[in-house]
Amino acid sequence: MDLPLPVLLSTGHLYAVTGAALVGLGLYAFITLRHPLRQLLAVNVVGAGIFLILGGLGRGPDATDPFPQALVITGIVVAVALTAFGAAMIVRQAQTRAAAKPAADDNENPAP
Amino acid sequence: MTFAFDLILCLMILGTAAIALFVRDALAAIAFFIAFGNLMGLAWLGLDAVNVALAEIAIGAGVTGVLLILARARLLALGDAATSTGSPLLLRLGALAACAGFVVLLAAAVLSIPPESGLDRVVAPLMPGLGIENRVTGVLLAFRAYDTLLESFVLLGALVAVWSLAPAGAWPGRPADPGMADAPMRRVAGTFGQLLLPVALVMAAYLVWAGSDLPGGAFQAGTVLAGGLLVAGMGGTIGLPSSDQPLLRAALVLGPVVFLAIGLAGVAAGGLLVYPAGLAKALIVTIEYTLFLSIGVTLALLVAGPPMPGASDPDPEGKG
Repeated sequence: MDLPLPVLLSTGHLYAVTGAALVGLGLYAFITLRHPLRQLLAVNVVGAGIFLILGGLGRGPDATDPFPQALVITGIVVAVALTAFGAAMIVRQAQTRAAAKPAADDNENPAP
Repeated sequence: MTFAFDLILCLMILGTAAIALFVRDALAAIAFFIAFGNLMGLAWLGLDAVNVALAEIAIGAGVTGVLLILARARLLALGDAATSTGSPLLLRLGALAACAGFVVLLAAAVLSIPPESGLDRVVAPLMPGLGIENRVTGVLLAFRAYDTLLESFVLLGALVAVWSLAPAGAWPGRPADPGMADAPMRRVAGTFGQLLLPVALVMAAYLVWAGSDLPGGAFQAGTVLAGGLLVAGMGGTIGLPSSDQPLLRAALVLGPVVFLAIGLAGVAAGGLLVYPAGLAKALIVTIEYTLFLSIGVTLALLVAGPPMPGASDPDPEGKG
């Protein structure tokens, strides 16, 4: 924190701090939201925040570091793969629950 | 002036993220998440990272958005509206305190690191040896090719994992039809898909080629192809393939296998994933073209989801 003010206000730091706020926002939503699809959204927001921290800290005064950029592109693709798997699991879970419902009474009976 | 623009953009990013997370209705949440992804793309433009901006808008906002809308439609058909319900006040207060503290710590840590692009100076003199000019492509396919190779297998593994969620008896079937339930809308999407698919193919091929020297590359191009395939699938222009077609499986593994083969052949030139001098650009472009095809097909199938029983019906339940 002993940096001169112009560095603190640099483009890179502004986006990196936004990324840090996004991580916190996503974490809070992940803890408090109850539906798994909404929690999946929250995980994506946390991921976006982490990418922004990586990219922001690579933004020098005259160029942007290509290494974090490549890492972030890799990360975005892995994140969409994870989201697809998560969404498929959530849908499958709901299908199992719906199939079990007619036999039981209500949502008292979670799927086996 | 630029600082003001950056500041407003960051506030809008935080605002759309908050709405996407905490609005009650699931469709509104996803719509705001797509807006959030597009604003993130603008942020990457602000950071002068055009490659990432393309990937973020195409994959982070586009593919993820379609994926979530489809999941929400399938949940809705099962009677689950995915509305967010409140949690106990005590939990919310505790989580708020913990997350606020975490943000302060993280922001302090971030601010203690001066942003710099040190590796850019390291990469720049190495680029002429590769014969390409896009430094991000250079990092992805030459300096850190190992990461990208593993990533292409991660994508394949994710598809296998999604397929493994197929209900008993559905294997090896087709994924549930992502098509529009409304007949006129389906016709519109069908006509549009017929137009869009060839255009997407040409545009994707261009993006791979341009990705050597300008922003672009295999991942962005693969997403464009996936988008074309998905629109065509929604309109019924192309049927979704069943998961045991040999041609489909060949398309899925082509990219990773070619990448791995070229990487192993590099052992003769000095080590795993080392390109022989003079051949670097040709090999990188070969890898990128095969990889883009595999990524496009994999992403489209990831969005479509696992095989479902009775998915040959023209209109099961999906209605966005």
